[in-house]
Amino acid sequence: MNLPQERHVLVVFPHPDDEAFGVSGTISMYIKQGIPVTYACLTLGEMGRNLGNPPFATRESLPHIRKQELIASAEAMGLTDLRMMGLRDKTVEFEDDEEMVEMMTKLIEETNPSLIITFYPEYAVHPDHEATARAVVRAVRRMDETLRPKLYGLAFANNTAAELGEADVIHDIQSVREQKMGAMRAHISQTAWMLAEMDKRLAAGEPEAENWFTFERFYTYRWHEDFEKLF
Amino acid sequence: MEQVQVGKLQVLLDSFANKDVFLHLETTNGAYASHFDETVFNAGAFIRNIVVKYELGKVAGDSPHRVGLKLPHGWVYAQGITHFEMDEHGRLLMAGHDQTGKLAVALQISETPFTY
Repeated sequence: MNLPQERHVLVVFPHPDDEAFGVSGTISMYIKQGIPVTYACLTLGEMGRNLGNPPFATRESLPHIRKQELIASAEAMGLTDLRMMGLRDKTVEFEDDEEMVEMMTKLIEETNPSLIITFYPEYAVHPDHEATARAVVRAVRRMDETLRPKLYGLAFANNTAAELGEADVIHDIQSVREQKMGAMRAHISQTAWMLAEMDKRLAAGEPEAENWFTFERFYTYRWHEDFEKLF
Repeated sequence: MEQVQVGKLQVLLDSFANKDVFLHLETTNGAYASHFDETVFNAGAFIRNIVVKYELGKVAGDSPHRVGLKLPHGWVYAQGITHFEMDEHGRLLMAGHDQTGKLAVALQISETPFTY
């Protein structure tokens, strides 16, 4: 199965590893199809809590490790346009809101995407996810309606199914299982415990674990239910 | 990092006393705490590259330890410190790591600013 043709896909997330679980299969598929993909990662996950006990890293050495992991994840997906945007983990929501929109507008102008993938505002749990989603939505909202790229959001808040229902975009990613596994393993410092759990479940043939490597789900942004009137 | 040895850490704390130093102090239970368990009240605090000059620094208690800094006009303290390290840049890094390897608290002291 192929994904529908795109001109350019822009992916925007705040943390190294945000891409791994939810969209690395999708990114890998676009790349396999020859569709250019840009991944803008806003921070280096400087405030990650998984530092081990005994510790394998410190608060100060973690960003260096996570930067290398991010690069390795990009390599696993075959992604060549990786942009590190230089913000600090957990501070994204405190940045100037207008500057955040401008950052997204610049990315959009430069890459001219036909599709943008980010988090879905109000259903993305982490404050950095929410701030990223808001900035992207605002930048796209400012565009002429006829020129707007498609906007897919990743939603995983506990109230997602109750309020948004089922995802309307479902990608069958079985053909890029190895790439997705590679992206997830690249972020080993933060995903080790999750991967250990996953390996166990995969070995036990649990359908839920197999699901990671079968489908990725997105919600098309509902402009008619915009999270705010204007900005 | 290594587990706190009180005597060793005390000497390091003493070595930064009475100097202008940059401070990093952080407590956290993770951005996802109340996502995974809605009964958790999620709280934390973060301060980085604040300049202080402490007249007395002390490590107290059994592990997890408390570390307190007495300032001319106030106090800094961190609770739950388990590990420490003098890094290659001469910065004193102290942290509290829980049983699952997650950082819960960090207190760091440096004569030069921490990166952004």
